[in-house]
Amino acid sequence: MGRTLIQKLWDAHIVADLGDDAALLYMDRVFLHERTGSVSLKGLESAGRKVRNPEQVFCTMDHIVDTLPGRGDETTMPSGKNFITTTRDAANAAGITLFDIGDDRQGIVHVVSAEQGITLPGLTQVCPDSHTCTLGALGALAWGIGSTEGEHALATKTLAVNTPKSMRVSFNGELGFGVSAKDMILHLIGEYTAAGGVGHAIEFTGSAIRALPQENRFTVCNMAVEFAAFTGVIPPDDTTIEYVQGRPYAPTGKSWDVAVAYWQTLKADEDATYDKDISIDCGDIVPKITWGTSPGHASQIDGVVPDPSDAPDANAKTSWERALEYMDLKPGQPIEGVPIDAAFIGSCTNSRLSDLREVVKVVKGHRVAESVKAIVVPGSSQVKLAAEAEGIDKALVEAGFEWRESGCSMCFYAGGESFGEQERVISSTNRNFENRQGPKTRTHLASPTSVAASAIAGKIADVRKLG
Amino acid sequence: MTLTMQKFTTLSSVAAPIMRVNIDTDAIIPSREMKGVTKDGLSVGMFANWRYTDVDARVENPDFILNKAQFRDAEILLSGENFGCGSSREHAVWALKEWGIRCVIAPSFGTIFHGNCVRNGILPIVLSEDNVKAFAVVAEQEVDGALFTVDLLAQTVTSPEGDAHAFEIAPADKEMLVEGLDPIGLTLKQDDAILAFREKDMAQRPWVYL
Repeated sequence: MGRTLIQKLWDAHIVADLGDDAALLYMDRVFLHERTGSVSLKGLESAGRKVRNPEQVFCTMDHIVDTLPGRGDETTMPSGKNFITTTRDAANAAGITLFDIGDDRQGIVHVVSAEQGITLPGLTQVCPDSHTCTLGALGALAWGIGSTEGEHALATKTLAVNTPKSMRVSFNGELGFGVSAKDMILHLIGEYTAAGGVGHAIEFTGSAIRALPQENRFTVCNMAVEFAAFTGVIPPDDTTIEYVQGRPYAPTGKSWDVAVAYWQTLKADEDATYDKDISIDCGDIVPKITWGTSPGHASQIDGVVPDPSDAPDANAKTSWERALEYMDLKPGQPIEGVPIDAAFIGSCTNSRLSDLREVVKVVKGHRVAESVKAIVVPGSSQVKLAAEAEGIDKALVEAGFEWRESGCSMCFYAGGESFGEQERVISSTNRNFENRQGPKTRTHLASPTSVAASAIAGKIADVRKLG
Repeated sequence: MTLTMQKFTTLSSVAAPIMRVNIDTDAIIPSREMKGVTKDGLSVGMFANWRYTDVDARVENPDFILNKAQFRDAEILLSGENFGCGSSREHAVWALKEWGIRCVIAPSFGTIFHGNCVRNGILPIVLSEDNVKAFAVVAEQEVDGALFTVDLLAQTVTSPEGDAHAFEIAPADKEMLVEGLDPIGLTLKQDDAILAFREKDMAQRPWVYL
């Protein structure tokens, strides 16, 4: 019987069969950040253990570091400096490569890892961060772990892993005007719920996936974890290989040729079968927006807030009722036109150069509404520099956006900067949980262009209607 | 330095039902409550946004289940599907553990959270939604603190009324919990296999090695 892509990636990394569907897998790369990686490094140190093969371990500052201009080790988050200095000291002591504040390779871990060519097709990679699945878009088996597993990967170059079930999600057809990769993944989670992928590793396939530029593929895989999946991968193709070529840590010369020959074998066999198969016609997808407090609470932008009495089951009903109370929305209310207080563009989901280019197209000739606090945070220092070279920063600032240093920023509230209580934010990020972006802050997830269009309108807006 | 975990074999405790679906790790431990580079001192921030009416002043919300007298010492949580979804922060598990939770029973779990539990001596039990809901009804009624019993060796959980259910658990996870083993130490016993893999792999995939 044929093998799936996940099985091929899995088999290529088995150090030992642990029986009962578990295996000890070799970890090609480990990436850390100052929020949770610091705990892993400290734990290892206090146990008297060393990082094995530190040349394949990387670390960046993204979660706690400020994104305000002129930033340093001091942070708006109380006690944030401790995370930064502890991480720096531990990383230096362990001999791992650190993309520190002020380094032009610094940025959000999953943006940087791809951008620097650290993640490659066919690799295994872990990071104590749930959105590590983002990197599956390169055809790597990459997933998020806890800090203790992080210690295990650092000390042994391996992880003991239970085999996930397999799922194939095929996106076929073509995306309509104003519809993006973000809308594809929000559509999937909206249709199949935030628990729809639990226990599964997903292969994203189909003509619409193949048509996506590489940067947009990261957006799809990024939210596999919001679907409760173990991870998501996209089979590498010419788009992937073109993206990887020439990046700082990518192979070169003869080594490159050997790698490409291998990468071209990284696809599911024709007769491979999956535990679950989902097929989506992209012609059915319109710009999406979340109305509730789970990424599964997604609706179309021209739709209405759902009525809990129409919920498919009792759990959903309770969850919808609570979400509507938190979000201060009424059943049947049109989503378009709900006034907003803030607009946020950034995060490992949507902060890459192509996202920012699309945003600039939308805002050109417009201004952010007076009442709206609008912020753009580039995903990496490289993205920031490239955007500035194109004048993207100027265009955004002229339109009324704040232009920041790179990092995770206000994707989550760590005690520093936040949107205020009851403030309504439209955000290009990945989580709309209660209190995620600030105490009692109300988050609506959407694509970067939907966020931009809404910032201009001062209310939730359909990007397709903006002239 | 802790190289062995607390072992888990059996547990008898009151069970506290928090029967929402998709309870995320941001809810279990809000990011603002993760103040230090440490695994300790997190239980005071556990469920902070639900547990307190005033988070900064730590004013308890009397309606929150773990603030109620009969559930304060509960070592078992009952919850809805996808418990522990979202962020990978192991702080969620460290907070629960420090508070005294030893077992969570739900129809499904966030994958990373599940892995974090078994590495910290907390037993995540998957039962059908109907079973968990039935347990929750019993738990709510038992105001005098009747006990649920978990037997990991036998893989059963029994309600105070004697209603018993078997549960499945991956053998490796069970072993880790029952033996309280240090997983790194365990893996390093296979060091020969790791080094052999690396040597063979460096020849086959030289482009991987920086």
